[in-house]
Amino acid sequence: MVNMGTNLGGLAMRSPVATASGTFGYGHEYRDIVDYSKLGAVTAKGVRMEAWPGNAMMRHAEVPGGLVNAIGLQGMGVKHFLERDMFMYSMVKDAPPVIVNVWGGTEDEYAQVAETISAAGKPQIGAIEMNVSCPNVKAGGHTFGQDPKVLFSVVSKVRAATKLPLIVKLAPNVPAIAPYVQACEDAGADALSLINTIPAMVIDIEKRVPVLGNRTGGLSGRCVHPAAVKVVYDAHRVTKLPILAMGGIYEAKDAIEFMLAGASAVAIGTATFSAPDTAAKVYDGIVEYCERHGFGSVGELTGALCES
Amino acid sequence: MKYNEQAKVLENREFASGYRYLTVEAPKQAAEMQPGQFVHIRVPTLEQSALRRPFSVFDAADGKVTVLYKSVGRGTTALSKVQVGETVEIQGPLGRGFPAKCDGVALLVGGGFGVAPLHFLAKRLPKSILFVGGRTKDDLLALDRFEALGVETKVATNDGSAGYKGFVVGPLDETINELRAKGEKFELFTCGPDGLLKAVTERALALKVPGWISVDRHMICGMGACFACIQKTVRGNSRCCIEGPVFKAEELVW
Ligand SMILES: Cc1cc2nc3c(=O)[nH]c(=O)nc-3n(C[C@H](O)[C@H](O)[C@H](O)COP(=O)(O)OP(=O)(O)OC[C@H]3O[C@@H](n4cnc5c(N)ncnc54)[C@H](O)[C@@H]3O)c2cc1C
Ligand SMILES: Cc1cc2nc3c(=O)[nH]c(=O)nc-3n(C[C@H](O)[C@H](O)[C@H](O)COP(=O)(O)O)c2cc1C
Ligand code: FES
Repeated sequence: MVNMGTNLGGLAMRSPVATASGTFGYGHEYRDIVDYSKLGAVTAKGVRMEAWPGNAMMRHAEVPGGLVNAIGLQGMGVKHFLERDMFMYSMVKDAPPVIVNVWGGTEDEYAQVAETISAAGKPQIGAIEMNVSCPNVKAGGHTFGQDPKVLFSVVSKVRAATKLPLIVKLAPNVPAIAPYVQACEDAGADALSLINTIPAMVIDIEKRVPVLGNRTGGLSGRCVHPAAVKVVYDAHRVTKLPILAMGGIYEAKDAIEFMLAGASAVAIGTATFSAPDTAAKVYDGIVEYCERHGFGSVGELTGALCES
Repeated sequence: MKYNEQAKVLENREFASGYRYLTVEAPKQAAEMQPGQFVHIRVPTLEQSALRRPFSVFDAADGKVTVLYKSVGRGTTALSKVQVGETVEIQGPLGRGFPAKCDGVALLVGGGFGVAPLHFLAKRLPKSILFVGGRTKDDLLALDRFEALGVETKVATNDGSAGYKGFVVGPLDETINELRAKGEKFELFTCGPDGLLKAVTERALALKVPGWISVDRHMICGMGACFACIQKTVRGNSRCCIEGPVFKAEELVW
């Protein structure tokens, strides 16, 4: 028996496999067809204080090996999430804790959302994940995650606003991840999520127009996986913070790569859309791998790369 | 309840140039499927990361689900190569369909592959008339299947090669006027290109009769989880895959 339990900065997970924000709704939409018993957490779609309409259509384009999306964080606001979506989630069988992905237009809004969620005291909510890296919505021309000083400031404010485990989700498109990791550590984050989508663009050459209503979007899926492994590896080398890794996981092998590179847990994103049983298969595959390699607990995989 | 079934292909037959019927064995979905709902199909020969493709249900009975599809791009072309006996993964029943009853005569207005959900609907609404338009008579699909159900069909072609010469709203308006003159009740049901949907929406609102409009938007999840498939409605940006694809005429904002 492999011990599949893990701990992500205070969030106890019965399985190292979670779902990634924006790809699993608010946690309840897939309740009929996904086996939740093998999930350690689900991550809800980004929420802010008020309702937000999102971007114009088209909001996505299929590309070789992946997907470019520019949904633009449409949502009904935090109150609707806490009342309606968390109620729907209470009806999910074998439901794991929810990681709530939050965002805001200002630093204060980030803190306000986190505070509102904490104050609601919902037992199913296990952690907060700050999205400072969405390529589809910008505050002042850049995302909060593109400047370590701004990042430190916004994470500090959210830290002061909540006692829930605090995960910060970083962008992969920075010259080096270390200063951003350091800023999160200094500001009191409990864990990191890596990676968000990679800024991308698709052009309709016949019409000579951008395909996406937002013109640009974020790349996810199979094709981003090796790039994501590199970012996780780089981050793990400079921090003790546990890492929730995501980016192009379709099979157990992809998840195990992330763990060997330094992740404590993994999240399935784009793969769920075509294969909703991906998380369960990844879970089974990790168990099989641990048994085959003599690991008694999945935690032993974290950073277990053999390097000279 | 929604299901994801590994469904054996029973039929994948070309019935008109570029158009096929795909019938699969999906007993759970077949039992619960309602007209206007759709299925999300994983095309087995596409790469692992390829998204699913959404299709309205043409028919669901006896443990089988049939879709009528047109080969338009790489997914539907790959789907056309799937052999009888192979397996496809199919998710459904998805979305909000048409109501299964109608006060008076059901006027079904279809364009292109939009006739697909109207066929399933016609099985439930015996008092229906199908209006279907196309550029030429080759674009008029599955008329035999509607006739087999005893549904009266009225066709329009732009080139006049069959039926009324012009757009399908021509014969539709004629029938509406006749029904109104006789004081008969009717409701409108439509699926097809946006231009057609708008024309039917306008008529439903102007005449104050129920209008049920099935909207086609590009989708990722088909489950209400990603917010890719937006149609503007009186509520704001609504998800076609869960709040639709069938909307009431008065809900839509064009
Ligand atoms: C609710 C619903 C019901 C539908 N019912 C039918 C039906 O009964 N019969 C039928 O032939 N077609 C139907 N369609 C359209 C069908 O989904 C597309 O023709 C198909 O996805 C095209 O895939 P492709 O790979 O061949 O085309 P490509 O152009 O190569 O596809 C590229 C991407 O765009 C998407 N896409 C392209 N055209 C459409 C479209 N019109 N609608 C949605 N997504 C599209 C594809 O899914 C894919 O993600 C329906 C669509 C929706 C949303
Ligand atoms: C349609 C879509 C919506 C997303 N929405 C969010 C979001 O709201 N917040 C967020 O932090 N990340 C969001 N992401 C990013 C994913 O959570 C994930 O980091 C990324 O897609 C990489 O994982 P994947 O390749 O497995 O999808 C979204 C991704 C997709 C494809
Ligand atoms: S396709 Fe994902 S919400 Fe409709």
